[in-house]
Amino acid sequence: MLADPTRRAILEHVGRGPAAVGEIAAGLPVSRPAVSQHLKLLKEAGLVTETASGTRRIYRIDPRGLGAMRDWLDQFWKTSLDNFAAYADAQGREDRE
Amino acid sequence: MSIAPIVQSVTVRLSQQQAFDAFATQMGRWWKPGMTIGARPHADIVIEPEPGGRWFERDADGIETDWGKVIDWDPPQRLLLGWQLDASFAFDPDLVTEVEIRFDGQDDGSTQVTLEHRLLERFGPSAQKVAESLRGGWPGLMQLFADFAQSQEDAR
Repeated sequence: MLADPTRRAILEHVGRGPAAVGEIAAGLPVSRPAVSQHLKLLKEAGLVTETASGTRRIYRIDPRGLGAMRDWLDQFWKTSLDNFAAYADAQGREDRE
Repeated sequence: MSIAPIVQSVTVRLSQQQAFDAFATQMGRWWKPGMTIGARPHADIVIEPEPGGRWFERDADGIETDWGKVIDWDPPQRLLLGWQLDASFAFDPDLVTEVEIRFDGQDDGSTQVTLEHRLLERFGPSAQKVAESLRGGWPGLMQLFADFAQSQEDAR
């Protein structure tokens, strides 16, 4: 998804703040329809969201992309607490013996 | 915009004070090898026992890599840490997400340890940076870490 340099540039632009298609296209050497197509793909990938503002469509970073980070941390802490419990129980056995 | 905190708990057969000590002062002994960010395996993981103290890993050569800081040190019932690693595992002094660990003594002498990692929405800006750097997008993060963990194991 992000291997495409134009898509990365679009995502970077949107990352700096909400923007309309025209504003994004103005800073890139590609046509406005091409930018729209890239935005559609980024939207499908869950990386940007689209809202209507009058006749314009405004694009911004999709905060739900954080869900994957959260899932990752969830597993990270589960592994850590499991390790802690194993260590604590071994300590507890030593104390009782 | 906020996202739900991560809340997990385990019950251990240690008193409240013992559980607090094991968690906070012996982290380097139970932390999973490879689940660290320094260039070399950790020799210790230190949580300095006072508010404002540092939370960091140290390798065998004494090289220290910061993870965050101590916000509240309140033995034996509570430890509040600031996790300051962004979504690409780089220390960011301007980022603070909270990891609270509560130790609740049970009637049978065991202790329930509950960990809550919250204010995760603060990962926002760096989460986007990671999305940009990972060509596969978000699912790639898990793989990145798995590859990293494997490389650490292979290095030993």
